[in-house]
Amino acid sequence: MASSARVRALLWVAVMLPVLCAAFSEEKPTDQRVLVLLDDLALKSSHSIFFKSLTSRGYELDFKLADDSKLALQRYGEYLYDALILFAPSVEGQLGGNLDVAAILDFVDSGHDLILAADAHTSDVIRDIATECGVDFDEDTEAVVVDHINFAVQSESDHSLIVGDKLIDADVILGKDGIKGPVLFRGIAHSVNAASDLVVTVLSASPSAFSATPNAVMTAPPALTGTSISLVSVVQARNNARILISGSLDLFSDKFFKSPVQKFGSSSKSASGNEQLALELSKWTFHERGHLKAVNVHHQKVGEKDEPAMYRITDQLEYSVEIHEWTGKEWRPYQADDVQVQFYMMSPYVLKTMDHNGKGLYHTSFQVPDVYGVFQFKVEYKKLGYTSLTLSKQIPVRPFRHNEYERFIKAAYPYYGGAFSMMTGFFVFGIVFLYHK
Amino acid sequence: MTAAERASPSKGRGGAFAAILSFATLLLIGILAFSIRLFSVIKYESVIHEFDPYFNYRVTQYLSKAGIYEFWNWFDDRTWYPLGRVIGGTVYPGLTLTAGTMWWVANALNIPLSVETVCVFTAPVFSAFAAWSTYALTKEVKGVGAGLTAAALIAMVPSYISRSVAGSYDNEGVAIFALVFTFYLYLKTLNTGSLFYATLNALAYFYMVCSWGGYTFIINLIPMHVLLCIVTGRYSSRLYIAYVPLVILGTLLAALVPVVGFNAVMTSEHFASFLVFVIIQVVALVHYIKRILTQKAFRVAVAFVLTVGTVSALTLIGVLIALVATSPTKGWSGRSLSLLDPTYASKYIPIIASVSEHQPPTWPSYFMDINILAFLVPAGIIACFLPLSDSSTFVVLYLVTAVYFSGVMVRLMLVLAPAACIMSGIALSEAFGTLTHSIKYQLDLPDPPAPPAVTVDQAASSTPQVSSVTAAADSTKEKSTSEKAKETLRERPVKRNRKKEREIIEKSVEKKAQKKKPPQVLPLEASAVGIVLLLLLGSFYVIHCVWAAAEAYSAPSIVLTSHTADGLHVFDDFREAYAWLSHNTDENDKVASWWDYGYQTTAMANRTVIVDNNTWNNTHIATVGMAMSSPERQAWEIYQSLDVKYVFVIFGGLVGYPSDDINKFLWMVRIGGGVFPHIKEPDYLRDGQYRIDGQATPTMLNSLMYKLSYYRFAEATMDGKGYDRVRRTEIGKKFFKLTHFEEVFTTHHWMVRIYKLKPPKNRLRGKNKRKTKPVSKKSRPTPPTKTSGRRN
Repeated sequence: MASSARVRALLWVAVMLPVLCAAFSEEKPTDQRVLVLLDDLALKSSHSIFFKSLTSRGYELDFKLADDSKLALQRYGEYLYDALILFAPSVEGQLGGNLDVAAILDFVDSGHDLILAADAHTSDVIRDIATECGVDFDEDTEAVVVDHINFAVQSESDHSLIVGDKLIDADVILGKDGIKGPVLFRGIAHSVNAASDLVVTVLSASPSAFSATPNAVMTAPPALTGTSISLVSVVQARNNARILISGSLDLFSDKFFKSPVQKFGSSSKSASGNEQLALELSKWTFHERGHLKAVNVHHQKVGEKDEPAMYRITDQLEYSVEIHEWTGKEWRPYQADDVQVQFYMMSPYVLKTMDHNGKGLYHTSFQVPDVYGVFQFKVEYKKLGYTSLTLSKQIPVRPFRHNEYERFIKAAYPYYGGAFSMMTGFFVFGIVFLYHK
Repeated sequence: MTAAERASPSKGRGGAFAAILSFATLLLIGILAFSIRLFSVIKYESVIHEFDPYFNYRVTQYLSKAGIYEFWNWFDDRTWYPLGRVIGGTVYPGLTLTAGTMWWVANALNIPLSVETVCVFTAPVFSAFAAWSTYALTKEVKGVGAGLTAAALIAMVPSYISRSVAGSYDNEGVAIFALVFTFYLYLKTLNTGSLFYATLNALAYFYMVCSWGGYTFIINLIPMHVLLCIVTGRYSSRLYIAYVPLVILGTLLAALVPVVGFNAVMTSEHFASFLVFVIIQVVALVHYIKRILTQKAFRVAVAFVLTVGTVSALTLIGVLIALVATSPTKGWSGRSLSLLDPTYASKYIPIIASVSEHQPPTWPSYFMDINILAFLVPAGIIACFLPLSDSSTFVVLYLVTAVYFSGVMVRLMLVLAPAACIMSGIALSEAFGTLTHSIKYQLDLPDPPAPPAVTVDQAASSTPQVSSVTAAADSTKEKSTSEKAKETLRERPVKRNRKKEREIIEKSVEKKAQKKKPPQVLPLEASAVGIVLLLLLGSFYVIHCVWAAAEAYSAPSIVLTSHTADGLHVFDDFREAYAWLSHNTDENDKVASWWDYGYQTTAMANRTVIVDNNTWNNTHIATVGMAMSSPERQAWEIYQSLDVKYVFVIFGGLVGYPSDDINKFLWMVRIGGGVFPHIKEPDYLRDGQYRIDGQATPTMLNSLMYKLSYYRFAEATMDGKGYDRVRRTEIGKKFFKLTHFEEVFTTHHWMVRIYKLKPPKNRLRGKNKRKTKPVSKKSRPTPPTKTSGRRN
């Protein structure tokens, strides 16, 4: 017995080892190693504030030229980086090394994050990556976003340096405080796939904006106009990999971070919100915020401790789950009043909002419906900016056993009486008939 | 009485020898019945066959592991996902309990048989029992000779062999025994009037109800016979004893079987028995009143009762009809309705019509399945009319109804087989009797012409003779011996007289002829030739049966073989695929396929299935049918909503296996379209035909079934043309890709192709076209490309 227990323990370790190892990164969802691909190493200094803030938050940045022939995202099947910053809009043809569109998409599909910025000279490679993520840059390669009303007063005359303040209202993406100043933007427009619920526009253009070649005669109406132009978008893939796509690389530059903004038509100058926006978005993208995990899913009959393998119809049961949110340093209890659990078999038979105790423990209790079958406890929590939580746990529900029905039914007493009186009567009749002549 | 006494000396002399001889013969017949069914084990191996037996096997395994209460309450969450199935309440438990008990007994005696072995050999064992009960039944009708012949015939009748070869572990295997045995006990009760046999009869009926849904045949046939007896003036107290306890006890017992439950009193299938039950009570009452009243008073009473009775009966019937008419199917189940109206199923219920064994049989199948019996049966019917008795009318009625039902559903050929055997047994035995007696008569010509008369009488009187003997035996045990004996004596002449009367009425001419001169004596040469011819006929039958048992009906259909010039080819693809599933998929993965393969998947691969051969939920099957006939994306969504991970199809195009899913596709379309009207059969038809060649409709070519069947097919064939060997044509669409499914396994002969559903896309693409060339996919983890179907 003892040896078998030891064998079992060993087996357990052997089976759980990969799970345990994977749990390490699971426990700390924030990225560590970041590859930064640049067109030109000068960007390192022109965007130094952005990079410095990342380094100060504990990221290891690895700067490479986008056409570096030794580029590699993975070695021996293991990814070398947790995230990728692609600040190389004009890289032509192939990226360096064995990096191509497919490799980058695989990187994302295996759960890694991506920040991508474009500018007026964005190559097809970058456009393809964006398209694959659900963001379509304007197909006119010459066009940039022009706004003759909401532009920043600067020396340039083509009104392509615009001021954006139409930001998404989502604390989890932009931080609790909100972006304080207007955002300077110079770059190209994109539209998001309306059918996709994975991509969200963070910064959209004002109604007077349009996408066209500046200082050129317009022969056809612009393809993208007004608020349908997205300037900055974020994507959260189904595997919770996060992608930030910006039409402007300058948005992240020191120059834009520091320059005061004077919007056309207003006399006051204010500090730009670029730095705040860039930092908050990078926090979100690198999972410093809005990352949820659910642990300790538990269900049992009311009044019992252990999880049953099967419920019976009309049982009373309790369901509980702990949900925590990652703050960048530690897991905090997640508090929300809209977490729901479904008791589901092809359609939800029970849908209940769960109560929580402020410490992340969500629980509810309900009665199993009077329907047998293979049910699932389903928690599908999809909230803007948060990683999606999808929990499902299969549990069969059986009908009554033969001895679980009522033994005697009150309404049937006349019939019981009838049966017994019939038996007695027959017995008496039998005796009389046989022995009484 | 007189006949019995006259017969007894001859019986007494040869009695001991005859008894031993018939016992030995029966024993040999039993061994024959058992061993002729072992071809499947010898030629293939000891496996469970086909589809339903796998379910029964799985249930038996569960029973042997978990015990009877767990079995009774078994809620199976691995079938009909996500609905599940209450196995204990939806299964006829007779077969399972029988095999489970046999296994338990064997193990209690320290005979270490596996459950599978017991299951494989249950049907052959019970076919021996069936042969013996056929003997007993026929003996009740026409005596020992006919009984032995009938037993020998049924031991090897191909129709029954087809359902009871070793490994064919299905309800019918034990149900035919139960059916014949119930009929035997009914006739025994009818002949003896013994309550003991009546009770046994109810118990046998209970076993039949436990075993097979075909029990409704019994509960309709026996009332029909009772009604026939009453109408033809054959009412007797024996008839009352044979019928009334059966209805009361039988119905009570039947209601105990969970799957029947209240159906025993609620459905129209059982109404006939209750109606006849009422009628027989009335008739009994009338007989009683007639005895105690004077004729005049009786006539008055009859007039009074008739008027009152008609009125009340009419109201009662009106209420009943109204009640029944409120239910949409008029209280009849689909299968029963398709019995009464053969075109019902094909018109309204594709799910019943889709099962090949529910189709009407073709003419050749009669010659295949009952062979020469088809010719002997009419002779047997004639023999049954000479003379007509209660029991012989019963077998005639049995035969006539069984012939009708077998004409409706090929599956019910099985019910015809015992009737045909009984009839042919009677015919053969009578013929042999007549011929041998003629020879004997011719050889012993100097003797007085007594023997033939005796034989005629003997045949006629064999029934009462037996009954009086048993009645006497019973009466010794009783207290009031003398009274009983008197009673039997009182009844006997009545019956004799009545029989005589009838005989006179029916064939007075023949009778007169018989009395004048010993009849039915044929010339010696003619008799000898006749015997030789009969033996020849019999040997043809034997040869045919052995051939059928060895060649036609012993294939387990799970392993296929084919003979070619190179020798024997074995196609073991099914087990290969199921083994793959059980080794390479997660225990809780859901596997979808057409419902034919549901039982096998749960039993052999131990994976949860969406639908299986127990076709209780039409909508669920229709959902799978709809998925199979939908384009890839819709199908993927349907399967995704059912949590399906793997889909497999059966494909015969490479090796020419005709019963593959493409050939079953019309039923998927019809069943799917029956519930989901957006699936329209004409969309799949070109010129009224399902085609998969260049003429096929786009809907057909885009359906999931086509795609899963022919994926990579053209690439795999030698010439790249994609020639389908079942449909004998070149396929219509080649070289296509799957977007939502990926092939994970294809068996050696491509008969089973397993696909996995791709997970939902991680990202959703934008609308812009791709500008860079799709670069080499080296770095991408592509689905493994397979150069051949074999991947072990």
